[in-house]
Amino acid sequence: MVQILIHILLLVIIPPLFLGIINKTKACFAGRKGMPVLQPYYDLAKLFRKKSVISRTTGWVFQAGPVVTVSCLLFAGLMIPFYRINPSLSFYGDLILFAYLLGLARFFTTAAALETGSSFEGMGSAREVTFACLAEPGMFLGFLALARLTGTLSLSGILTGVSLGAGTLLAPVLLVAAGLFIILLAENCRIPVDDPNTHLELTMIHEVMVLDHSGPMLGLIQYGAALKYFILGSVLVDILLPDSNQFFLIELGLFLGAMGLLSIMTGIVESVMARLPMRRVPNLLVAACLLCGVGFLLIGR
Amino acid sequence: MELNITVSIIFIATLLHLASGIPGFFLGRRSPMGQYLAALMAVIGSLMGLWGALLILNGPASGYYELPWGLPIGHFTLQLDGLTSFFLIPIFIMGALGAIYGLGYWKQSEHPENGRQLRFFYGILVGSMSLVVMARDGIFFLIAWEAMALSAYFLITTEDQDEKVRQAGWIYLVATHAGSLCLFGLFALFYRATGHFGFQPFQPGMVSPWILTSIFFLALIGFGFKAGIFPLHFWLPGAHANAPSHVSALMSGVMIKMGVYGILRVCWMIPSPPLSWGIILLILGTLSSLLGVLYALGQHDLKRLLAYHSIENIGIIFMGLGLSLVGRSCHHPDLIILGMAGCLLHIWNHGLFKSLLFLGAGSVIHATGTRQIDKMGGLSKTMPYTGGLFLLGAVAICGLPPLNGFISELFIYLGLFKTLMNGSGTQAVPFSLGLAAPALAMTGALAVACFVKVTGIVFSGEPRSEKAAKSHESPKTMLIPMALLALGCLMIGLLPLLVTPWLDKVIVEGNSELMGIGLKVDYLAPLGWVSGLGMGLLLMIGILFTWLRYRLIREKTPQRGTWDCGYAAPTNRMQYTASSFAQMLVNQFDGILKPKEHRPELKGLFPTSSHFESHIDDSILDRVLKPVIHRIQKGVYQFRWFHQGLTQPYILYIIVTVLILLALSSTLGDRFMSFILP
Repeated sequence: MVQILIHILLLVIIPPLFLGIINKTKACFAGRKGMPVLQPYYDLAKLFRKKSVISRTTGWVFQAGPVVTVSCLLFAGLMIPFYRINPSLSFYGDLILFAYLLGLARFFTTAAALETGSSFEGMGSAREVTFACLAEPGMFLGFLALARLTGTLSLSGILTGVSLGAGTLLAPVLLVAAGLFIILLAENCRIPVDDPNTHLELTMIHEVMVLDHSGPMLGLIQYGAALKYFILGSVLVDILLPDSNQFFLIELGLFLGAMGLLSIMTGIVESVMARLPMRRVPNLLVAACLLCGVGFLLIGR
Repeated sequence: MELNITVSIIFIATLLHLASGIPGFFLGRRSPMGQYLAALMAVIGSLMGLWGALLILNGPASGYYELPWGLPIGHFTLQLDGLTSFFLIPIFIMGALGAIYGLGYWKQSEHPENGRQLRFFYGILVGSMSLVVMARDGIFFLIAWEAMALSAYFLITTEDQDEKVRQAGWIYLVATHAGSLCLFGLFALFYRATGHFGFQPFQPGMVSPWILTSIFFLALIGFGFKAGIFPLHFWLPGAHANAPSHVSALMSGVMIKMGVYGILRVCWMIPSPPLSWGIILLILGTLSSLLGVLYALGQHDLKRLLAYHSIENIGIIFMGLGLSLVGRSCHHPDLIILGMAGCLLHIWNHGLFKSLLFLGAGSVIHATGTRQIDKMGGLSKTMPYTGGLFLLGAVAICGLPPLNGFISELFIYLGLFKTLMNGSGTQAVPFSLGLAAPALAMTGALAVACFVKVTGIVFSGEPRSEKAAKSHESPKTMLIPMALLALGCLMIGLLPLLVTPWLDKVIVEGNSELMGIGLKVDYLAPLGWVSGLGMGLLLMIGILFTWLRYRLIREKTPQRGTWDCGYAAPTNRMQYTASSFAQMLVNQFDGILKPKEHRPELKGLFPTSSHFESHIDDSILDRVLKPVIHRIQKGVYQFRWFHQGLTQPYILYIIVTVLILLALSSTLGDRFMSFILP
């Protein structure tokens, strides 16, 4: 019971922190002082206080978009273990529900973007769904490999069953992890797939879809973005952290530290790389599929 | 005694449907009575039929019935078992809902020239489909099958003043008869193998494997044509697009499933199928689902797009079927159950959401007068109910929770993942079958792309044409059938445990090896969790949405124009279109889709107005069949003098052919005949 409570609290409260860490890392690389690490929280608080303006072209789907997205992500997050903290919900085959909840979130984000009738937002949602078509099979290939490795079909079984260290095959797990890292960057619209900093450029995916959202709706969207990064990040961290049987607090610290490290890495990738041209992004995603696929073959052989 | 009553109920229901169009012919052309009578008969028939089918599905036994009047060959044998009842339910549901929908969509007063004909053949189609699933005799089955195929032809060509409609009808007719030809061969082999036309399971070892293989492949091709599995799908987009919408709904939602029914029936009659059959079905299903959705992405015609999605969903159904066959070959009960459950439930689900979408499309077409997606836009304001129901159908067809599409896809996913685990089977399942799971995931993601495009371009934004701006909500007779179908989607999605007992009954009935095991669908799939989470998700969305609405209203949220980057004069035509939305994906797959673009040539400093066009042709019809047939046509031109256009020479040809055959059979003697008949 306590564990479930901790799990839910972590899921609900902590995600924006890691966006702050990414921003801080990028600021360090750019030689700036940067915004405080907790800035995403301040932003959220501000947005939820503000009033909104909505476009007269839009209807209820536009307002439902952020709501459905956040709800789906929260439910998806309930199934992910945070290192050794068991998820609140875990059952046989939950990984399929997990992937499809992300799909439902994407459906409503992109449908809400199209509600505005703006070409920019149309472009953004077209890109989002296009890249998802390549990211989705990659994710399933990765899950397939891990499911075969651990012999279970629940996310908690898979993610706690796989760990780097003695007893598990190193190469396939690393390959799958590399593939999932690319998918993490793509799904969260970060460099090299998308640049979260530019506004109203033709290069945008996520930020351009939410151009017309404001106030609490924008707040929900920002919070959803943080959640998504946190959820997919913890999948990766769960795979990569070695097996341990320590005190609860040490394990919690390990998890948070690893998530922080992952965020710093994401920040580094964003600082040292340029965004890929749009037409190259599919190649990157196919590479992710291939990495996961090779991992699957190595395990299945 | 009681069983006979059930059979009679369903038989009367079928007759009511068959006859529902007839009274209209005795009434005047402009009289509205005919359509009300037809709808009334259809509704009564369907209620009776559903009652009977549910009696069978909930009851322990199955009814067998032979009508006293016989056929020239074969017997008038009917049987009501679980599988038949399972298929009867969508037939009767869509039979009634389509008839009600037609009251608003195809009013006799608006279509005096073909309204009566449409309703007549609609009734025949529903009734003949119900006979198809009940028939237990090869000849009787073929008669019902042909009645179904032909009535569908007349339904497709309802608007036969249009050349495109006639062409689509012809292509359908050719395809369906190519399929029927295979079925004739199939039943001839049946007769050869068993000595009768009845549908009894073959005894192991009784029939040679060569004949069994031929039976399987003839069934696959013959029924595959009707199901619209790739590459036999080529008739489907044209036929579904050109038929009136409630007919498209019936054909796509129910009729193409008759093909799946046929294959299922045949597979169940064959003891211990080889592993390769299941794998073939699985591969065909995977191909069909991926290609179907890819082609759908490139379509600009709302109904053609939906038709390609039928190919996708038939693919998903075949994946489940293939998986269950693999399970039978490898003696892996989990695979049989999950595959069959996915296949069967997806048949219902597709019937629900695809009918809903076609009816929604019909409602949109009724309001705007066009099928072109790029001429629509902003319809959710003028037709909010249609918009909301269509959106629900779109979420369902993408297989997203908490709606019904997710449940059936979940079964198939679980089955595919199970192939990776070393089960209790005696024969190992090839682990590479699991690779169909990422393919199914990709299909799902592509379907999301496609339906975001459809709902976004059709219902969101601003109207792109005058007609779209002046559109209006459809009458209640059209909305109520859609609402009922949507309710079905929601029910199965949220409470899947309501339908699993029926799935269990049908699965055990067809796979007697499962009889003693006591495995059930809900042991193998986390349905309780899924329905609990689905309700939780809806609750949370509801609470958050109410809070958001409350805030927006309390704060008197101002409404402004969409942010247009400071551009002063945006027009509605500058919005993203269906083509531009799909362009990136289409270009990713241009090796398969081969999109054709007609770019305008711009000359001079101030080019005058011009236009751009892009379209994606069907891979099989336009790139294989048409060129090949064209070449054959050139080759057979020399035989044109055979065709005088007079009846007498044709009769002469028939007589000569029969004489030659007679001469052949008398010279070759019994050896020749025994090849055809044992």
